Amino acid sequence: MISKDSRIMLEVKNLHAEVGGIDILKGVDLTVRAGEVHAIMGINGSGKSTFSKVLAGHPDYHVTGGTATFEGKDLFALEPEERARAGLFLAFQYPVEIPGVSNSALLRLAYNTLQTERGLEELDPLEFEDLVHEKIKVVEMDPSFLGRSVNEGFSGGEKKRNEILQMAVLEPKLAILDETDSGLDIDALRIVANGVNSLLTPDNAVVMVTHYQRLLNYIVPDYVHVMDGGRIVRTGGKELALELEARGYDWLRAAA
Amino acid sequence: MSTALHNLVNQPYKHGFVTNIETESVPKGLSEDVIRMISGKKNEPEWLLDFRLQAYRHWLTMNEPDWANVDYPRIDFQDIIYFAQPKPKKQLASMDEVDPELRRTFEKLGVPLHEQKIMAGVAVDVIFDSVSVTTTYKAKLAEVGIIFCSFSEAVREHPELVKQYLGSVVPSGDNFYAALNSAVFTDGSFCFIPKGVKCPMDLSTYFRINTEGSGQFERTLIVAEEGSSVCYLEGCTAPQFDTNQLHAAVVELVALDNADIKYSTVQNWYAGDENGKGGIYNFVTKRGLCKGVNSKISWTQVETGSAITWKYPSCVLLGDNSTGEFYSVALTNHLQQADTGTKMIHVGKNTRSKIISKGISAGRSSNSYRGMVKVGSRATGARNYSQCDSMLIGDRCEASTFPTIDVQNTTATIEHEASTSKIGEDQMFFFAQRGIGSEEAISMIINGFCKDVFVHLPMEFAVEATKLLGLKLEGSVG
Repeated sequence: MISKDSRIMLEVKNLHAEVGGIDILKGVDLTVRAGEVHAIMGINGSGKSTFSKVLAGHPDYHVTGGTATFEGKDLFALEPEERARAGLFLAFQYPVEIPGVSNSALLRLAYNTLQTERGLEELDPLEFEDLVHEKIKVVEMDPSFLGRSVNEGFSGGEKKRNEILQMAVLEPKLAILDETDSGLDIDALRIVANGVNSLLTPDNAVVMVTHYQRLLNYIVPDYVHVMDGGRIVRTGGKELALELEARGYDWLRAAA
Repeated sequence: MSTALHNLVNQPYKHGFVTNIETESVPKGLSEDVIRMISGKKNEPEWLLDFRLQAYRHWLTMNEPDWANVDYPRIDFQDIIYFAQPKPKKQLASMDEVDPELRRTFEKLGVPLHEQKIMAGVAVDVIFDSVSVTTTYKAKLAEVGIIFCSFSEAVREHPELVKQYLGSVVPSGDNFYAALNSAVFTDGSFCFIPKGVKCPMDLSTYFRINTEGSGQFERTLIVAEEGSSVCYLEGCTAPQFDTNQLHAAVVELVALDNADIKYSTVQNWYAGDENGKGGIYNFVTKRGLCKGVNSKISWTQVETGSAITWKYPSCVLLGDNSTGEFYSVALTNHLQQADTGTKMIHVGKNTRSKIISKGISAGRSSNSYRGMVKVGSRATGARNYSQCDSMLIGDRCEASTFPTIDVQNTTATIEHEASTSKIGEDQMFFFAQRGIGSEEAISMIINGFCKDVFVHLPMEFAVEATKLLGLKLEGSVG
């Protein structure tokens, strides 16, 4: 779905960021256009997850240099909830549990907040029920999960599917999937990947952060980036991931 | 804690204003003379003065309890004003004669004193400092034989009832603060529901401490005769002073055969500022006696205020098949300390009790649940279910649980469940990432956490409680 003419969704230039006084990102450049699927790979500690948290605005992470625009707007001028309402979605590596708040209540509040932001009608609980029962099929979840507290007592795989359910309901413009494949068995991986694929359109984009080539067999990227030492050191097509799988990361690190 | 979370828990107190009204009070300090003076000002009968003096003499032999998980400097009981009242202009013939300044005060607090304006037909007894200002809907309630009036009036008009039940649930020497209250109590509410009467409206008492340096020692006595039922609400606020004020109330409930009493409190006394300066010491004894068979007493409390809360609304399940319930939400923020819970004393056969306690701690506060379930040797078939959940907001607060179970009958069934959860930056970031701002997130979390308790509050109270908790937590997370 790559087209040089499609509009730029996310443009990151020379991004530097730190957490707890340690510089993690040291000059990241990345451009994502509508309709594209990007994969960011790299070893532990290369800065992949930091990059996704910085884009979403986690309060522990501080931008120390560079810029990022999201649909032409200065991303770092927006509060985390404003970024979310603008259509930026982060599927968490470790989804948190929210005791006492039901999945469906959370989904409805998030959905209606977005509807209001977009100048559209809010849905009442019954209308929303219909919508969410349609969406839940995307991740093959049992509707009984809707009545349970968010992620409370969910298995690792169920939590990740729940993240993709939220993505399906909120229909973000840009979804960043932070190691969504980690901790998934092969069936759950397939379900999650099918879910993501079914949500792809020429108007949205996905950035996957992952260690493994495995996920990319299911969600085929247009671009693969290798991150090392807080920078993107190599960009290629999907064949780059296969090469990494075969050769490991060391040859790239040496080259960098 | 990030600023968003922090700002969210730190909403200013809205009821902190002082009413400028002429009051008369007795001099500071406590002695037999002061007690005689209070009793004399109220033209009390001899037996009541004796009750007070006996309590006082007992109190002198007692020590302030130090077992609660709270910390505060010793109270100087000689530095407290034990009686303050708005200077009475004349005997009130109707509500419209209430001092306009007082009326404005209560209107500001959302408690209109005009009957026609009162929401949802709730009858209100209004206590300002040491005295009852007015009681609404008295005449209407009297038609069905219900007595609802200030305690002082009950002593004058229905001495035999007061004499029969006063101290029958909480004896004057029960504990340090109950003894102090019994010696110096100044007013309060009295409520009597005769045999077979279902109270047609909710009854309510609104407490307001106004005078700086004064203590409030009110007494509530509710008696529900055979087959009757009543729903009672209590609300309280106080102005913002830098000094601590003592509130030591006693509430006694008596339910006879097949009677049902539901008592709900939304406690919002001034809690002190964010550095712990000022605020109310809320040292309260509340106990219900399920005296008759099949009787039921249910306590629901939402505790959000006070610098220190020390309070254990309890049920003595004397009658066979009687039921006691305790539903509680206690929220502490800043430097507030709460040690609250309940006692369920099973005496009769097949008695049942249920405890649902939700503690929310934020800021640098400390929040303890302390409970006792006691099953006596004759309480065959007794059952208890307890659930104690704690929620910590941020990482500088404290939550503790001190459950005691004492079972002397092998047929009893006791269940206890407990959980602790934490709301921190990661949860708030998750909500933000789904487009939900921190205020909405907190209110959603709190409502979810407290819903098992809120469903037991009367509608208007539930709405108020939800709002109140949201306000109290404003700025605490993030």
